[in-house]
Amino acid sequence: MSNTRAAGAPPQRTIDIVNASLKRRYAKERRFRLIGLSAVVLGLLFVALLFADIIGKGYTAFQQTYIQMPITFDAAVIDPEGTRNPEILKAANYAALIRQAQREVFPEVSDRRATRALTSMISVGAPAHLRDMVMANPDLIGTTQEVWLLADDDIDMLVKGHIDRALPESERRVKDQTVGWVDRLESEGRIEKRFNTIFFTHGTSREPELAGIAGALMGTFYTLTLTLLFSFPIGVGAALYLEEFAPKNRWTDLIEVNINNLAAVPSVIFGLLGLAVFIAIFGVPRSTPLVAALVLSLMTLPIIIIASRAALKSVPPSIREAALGVGASPLQTQFHHVLPLAMPGMLTGAIIGMAHALGETAPLLMIGMIAFIVDIPSGFTSPATVLPVQIFLWADSPERAFVERTSAAIIVLLAFLILMNLTAVLLRRRFERRW
Amino acid sequence: MSTTVDEMSRRTGAMSSAELAGERESRATVGDVTVANPRMVCRGVDVWYGAKQAIKGVSLDIGKNEVVSMIGPSGCGKSTFLRCLNRMNDTIDGCRVTGSIQLDGQDIYDKGLDPVPLRAQVGMVFQKPNPFPKSIYENVAYGPRIHGLTNNKAELDELVSASLQKAGLWNEVKDRLDQPGTGLSGGQQQRLCIARTIAVSPEVILMDEPCSALDPIATAIIEELIDELRANYSIAIVTHSMQQAARVSQRTAYFHLGDLIEVGETNQIFTNPKHRLTEDYITGRFG
Repeated sequence: MSNTRAAGAPPQRTIDIVNASLKRRYAKERRFRLIGLSAVVLGLLFVALLFADIIGKGYTAFQQTYIQMPITFDAAVIDPEGTRNPEILKAANYAALIRQAQREVFPEVSDRRATRALTSMISVGAPAHLRDMVMANPDLIGTTQEVWLLADDDIDMLVKGHIDRALPESERRVKDQTVGWVDRLESEGRIEKRFNTIFFTHGTSREPELAGIAGALMGTFYTLTLTLLFSFPIGVGAALYLEEFAPKNRWTDLIEVNINNLAAVPSVIFGLLGLAVFIAIFGVPRSTPLVAALVLSLMTLPIIIIASRAALKSVPPSIREAALGVGASPLQTQFHHVLPLAMPGMLTGAIIGMAHALGETAPLLMIGMIAFIVDIPSGFTSPATVLPVQIFLWADSPERAFVERTSAAIIVLLAFLILMNLTAVLLRRRFERRW
Repeated sequence: MSTTVDEMSRRTGAMSSAELAGERESRATVGDVTVANPRMVCRGVDVWYGAKQAIKGVSLDIGKNEVVSMIGPSGCGKSTFLRCLNRMNDTIDGCRVTGSIQLDGQDIYDKGLDPVPLRAQVGMVFQKPNPFPKSIYENVAYGPRIHGLTNNKAELDELVSASLQKAGLWNEVKDRLDQPGTGLSGGQQQRLCIARTIAVSPEVILMDEPCSALDPIATAIIEELIDELRANYSIAIVTHSMQQAARVSQRTAYFHLGDLIEVGETNQIFTNPKHRLTEDYITGRFG
């Protein structure tokens, strides 16, 4: 169209040329919007898939199968001499009570192998549960009670439908005989799924039905608390000094470049550093929240420093001038005026840094957090593991029941991450100021 | 030096080399820079930003109870000079000040002198109103509080109300002292900043184009206020508006590319400028 003018045709008005190109320009814009929209939709789709997969796999872990057994608290087994001595009550053979009850429910089972299969239906943690009942209430001795006992993880999987009954018996972990017993118990109303409190109150275990995330949660709590205590003051202080007080020269440029580089260093390197420096040189006890927090602080420091400097930069210089102008000292200017205004941004950075630390696994493997620790940590220097490492360990376990527990632990971890990020967003909204 | 002058002659328009002579063309300051009872005395002040010289050997006195206005085209160094008077330039990296600036006989660039108390003596009002994002009360009370000027809450309340009254803002804000200072109108904000400045009882008030962000009505109020404040303070004001300089000041200093070209009674500067550059500027030939 543009060459019509060259051909000697009457000159076109500008508006005609503009109108002619309009269609193309709008089409371009529509294409761009479409691409953007599809990118967003695709991203959301993958997030939705991830969540659906994890929740689909994990939600059953929040329930646990229990089997009801008529337990006779036989005085001859528990306390033959009738002393009610706690030491004797504690040492009694409660597994025998369960076997006795099973014999009553399944009188037809007699051969050794079948008896063993019967016994293995109940969790190895069940005798301890009976012991706790008796210790708490010795009057139970001599009575018969219907007690809900924790089922073994294989039975749990069978009841939840995670074991395919159509498979040939030889490829199935639960044999036909046991399946028959379970079906009978179910029809008698002796099998029930209850909310899985063990998952939230126990440490990890080799037995899936006894494994919980309480230990990992406490470890994470101690670790993140210390990480925040270490990295936030240091990070804010460093940002404040670099941004407001340090002379701008080659040294501070070098420091700035290195801080930015540190933020990009693979986290496993920090783990190696922690191993070499904190554990080997300073003798910090390994696999404790203390050493984990030291390593994670190193990792989150650059994030907090960068976010804090950005927050400080966003405070208008007129505020500093105003404070200096009435005779505030530089430190008063910072603490009375600049820091309060920069604080929301700094907190946001800190929370994002903490969220990073919460999900971090690799550096912690280097400093012994991968150890199998059953006890719930009681302090900053007791051996502990953290949630992502726990997930890593469970994901490695072969039992089918650990698959759903892994997913459940991931759900808990994701819930915390979302909660933290939401807090960051809300903080930013709440304290955002406009000048 | 001659190249600089050539450069300048090109910028300022028609000036042949033959004319580079006599008082009307010299770079030395025309007029008397001294006053009988000076509060601040500046002699031979040079300011560099890195390698660039922003102020060249400026000498100027600021007398007691007078308003000195500084005028000149953009980039002439009038704001830079103003910011030297309370060492606000210290905060700018690479800024270097030489020469002597005295406040009541004390060199303010003396090595041992602390700029913090100096800024309590030489207050500053900025171009853009910059109240703290705190309550109106806190804005005014902040200075007295950090300097410990009052002993108790009652005295502080009294000082805050007195400062707001002097700034002509009391009647408008007395019922809402706890509301944010940033919620006021532009003119009110600027008067709040003035109240904040006078709350610490400075001797000199520096004003860097205090009305450039305000509408004519707010400007008129501030100008009236400046005239009232003259009774108690020395005021140095930088302004872009020649009318404003004529209205509020007793003496006027004309800056041009880092040189102080001419100083004199405001009347004389605007009616009978001695230097050709001053004349060109006030008659609107450039700037």
